[in-house]
Amino acid sequence: MSTTILLLTLIFPLVGTLINGFWGKHLSKKVSGTIATMAIAASFVTSCLFFAYIQGSQEPIKIVLFEWMKFNYFSIDFGFYFDQLAALWLLFITGIGTLIHLYSTSYMSHDENFSKFFTYLNFFVFFMLILVTGSNLAMMFIGWEGVGLCSYLLIGFWYKNKDYNNAAKKAFIMNRIGDLGFLIGIFVTGYLFHTLDFVELKEQSFLAPTLGIATMAFFIAATGKSAQLPLYTWLPDAMAGPTPVSALIHAATMVTAGIFMITRLNFLFDLTPDVQHIIAIIGAATALMAATIALVQNDIKKVLAYSTVSQLGLMFLALGLGAYEVAVFHVITHAFFKACLFLGSGSVIHAIGGEQDMRHMGGLKKHMKITYATFFIATIAISGFPPLSGFFSKDEILLTAFHHNIVLWVVASLASILTAFYMFRLLFLTFSNKFRGTKEQEDHLHESPSAMTMPLIILAVLAAIGGLISIPGNSWLNEFLKPVIKNNAASHPHVLGTTEYMLMGLAVVGALVGLMVAYFKYIKNKQVPVNDNNVSGLQKLFANKYYLDDIYQSLIVHPLNFFGSFFKNQIDGLINGIVLSFGRVPSELSYQGKKAQNGNIGLYLFAFVIGVCGLLYYLFMCY
Amino acid sequence: MEQVLQQIGIDQYIYLAILLFCIGAFGILYRRNAIVMFMSIEIMLNAANLLLVAFSTYHEDANGQVFVFFTMAVAAAEVAIGLAILVAIYRNIGSIDIDKLKKLKG
Repeated sequence: MSTTILLLTLIFPLVGTLINGFWGKHLSKKVSGTIATMAIAASFVTSCLFFAYIQGSQEPIKIVLFEWMKFNYFSIDFGFYFDQLAALWLLFITGIGTLIHLYSTSYMSHDENFSKFFTYLNFFVFFMLILVTGSNLAMMFIGWEGVGLCSYLLIGFWYKNKDYNNAAKKAFIMNRIGDLGFLIGIFVTGYLFHTLDFVELKEQSFLAPTLGIATMAFFIAATGKSAQLPLYTWLPDAMAGPTPVSALIHAATMVTAGIFMITRLNFLFDLTPDVQHIIAIIGAATALMAATIALVQNDIKKVLAYSTVSQLGLMFLALGLGAYEVAVFHVITHAFFKACLFLGSGSVIHAIGGEQDMRHMGGLKKHMKITYATFFIATIAISGFPPLSGFFSKDEILLTAFHHNIVLWVVASLASILTAFYMFRLLFLTFSNKFRGTKEQEDHLHESPSAMTMPLIILAVLAAIGGLISIPGNSWLNEFLKPVIKNNAASHPHVLGTTEYMLMGLAVVGALVGLMVAYFKYIKNKQVPVNDNNVSGLQKLFANKYYLDDIYQSLIVHPLNFFGSFFKNQIDGLINGIVLSFGRVPSELSYQGKKAQNGNIGLYLFAFVIGVCGLLYYLFMCY
Repeated sequence: MEQVLQQIGIDQYIYLAILLFCIGAFGILYRRNAIVMFMSIEIMLNAANLLLVAFSTYHEDANGQVFVFFTMAVAAAEVAIGLAILVAIYRNIGSIDIDKLKKLKG
């Protein structure tokens, strides 16, 4: 396998970025969009080549370009490491990336900053590829920061809207908190093991007393990037970005970076079971909490955002239980169906002229057949109906949870029942019954162009059959990931007994219950959610997102603002006063001195004579 | 040459020069008429010239006398320009009282 081809995988998106970044204004939208899409498609081709290679030989490839930093006892390479884990991520980043680029060429076609959008989007893919192929923690950090930057740029893409800008800032700052954790993790790891290289770390890592600090710090980094408690609040706000961005960055790829990182460092996490427990608990709690919030959201993208948070929580639950390949499996299936759902919602929003509130939708089934069909498939996939992909991946998580801890299983099952309910609520409110919007919107309704429906169809197919890569009992994925995960299969036997079939049955029944409740509520009784101000009880708690945003606001933002204004008004004024007073002395002196120059020639002459006399006195009397 | 200084001592010349210079200086300080001030300046200049020639003789060195010729030539040029300026000022403001020339200050 030639290293050039591997490096080309990274270079294509960068080239796309540069072309669109420097000359995008001079290119027509068609050319600009084609270049960006082709760049990612080319990356996808090379990724496929690499995947074919690693599937056959199983030998990871390490490419070191140069030595980046050198310290006394260890050095950091600027290198890339292509292994099985990277191969999976490469495939779905570039694969889904291509589809979403294609989709965006149509979705963004009316936007004036068309080429800028594709510059950012290609740049994002570039950093994401660096994140997954970096050969050490420092390289991964480059990608980690880069995707954060691109996420910020794309959330605030419609920068003229102040709310969107605030959402972008919120995402960036929340991520910074996590990034600090990543840095601490890097420092502690480097201090303990004298290397940051993944291969060396895997061989050399041992249980040190302070290792828990490193893994905990890495987990905090993951909670930031992957939107877990307590740092998840940025992700729902991130829906301010254009919908393809939500699909690519805030559902399919970037938010799974935390899961990738923990899977990459699985040997470290295996050494610290306490941290793993925390991860499992946080994951389960996030899954349930986000699912409950999603129940009462009325913005179509917000529902999907909370759904993403909830699904990510399930993945973290699996990570915390040591079932890394299960988490990876769910990442992949989730990428398929969530990208499909987001793109479907984008198609709906596009058709309805920017409206995102489900209360003003309804009855779109008639007008948008392809969107409806793909959305429907993705919905039953995420709800966990067999034999679609979500069923397999979610069920494996539930099984793992059941084997470890019954409480975690209950929480996770509850979250997935709620998932079924809110997803069907979304589906029914959007596509069934009669249209509830204005007359103009109704006349405007249309199916999206083929550049948008093509990706939808492909993603729906993948969402339907994606589960085949890891069928219980005969899992291709688990075999494939064996070299990556140190403790493979030790923690979770894949034996299918009566209990397992019972649990699967229960999960399906749970999903059915969710479906039925949604059906009776929104199709039979034709309910429409009321205004947020008129809800009460638990619903009110959910609608206000457990007041977490308000708590952050009053605990962190307001005190910070207070300190900011205190320092600005008081301390800054004091320091300014002192500094300016130094400047005021000469200015005051010269102001007084200026008065001597009053234009009175007599006075000048007098001073002149006095001066000469003084000079003479000095010369003759003092010597 | 020697006889000149024998008849009247060098110190007499110095006293005269100091007197002339002081007359010029006080004239400049007290008078407000530009032409009179101008004259005062010339008196001061001539006091310096007088000293130059006196010391030139005293030291038997002709350099001082050459200086005086140069000084006189420069003074002549200066007078020409200075008077021209005064005429211009008079045409503009109808007076050569220097107290009325405050408009020139920056």
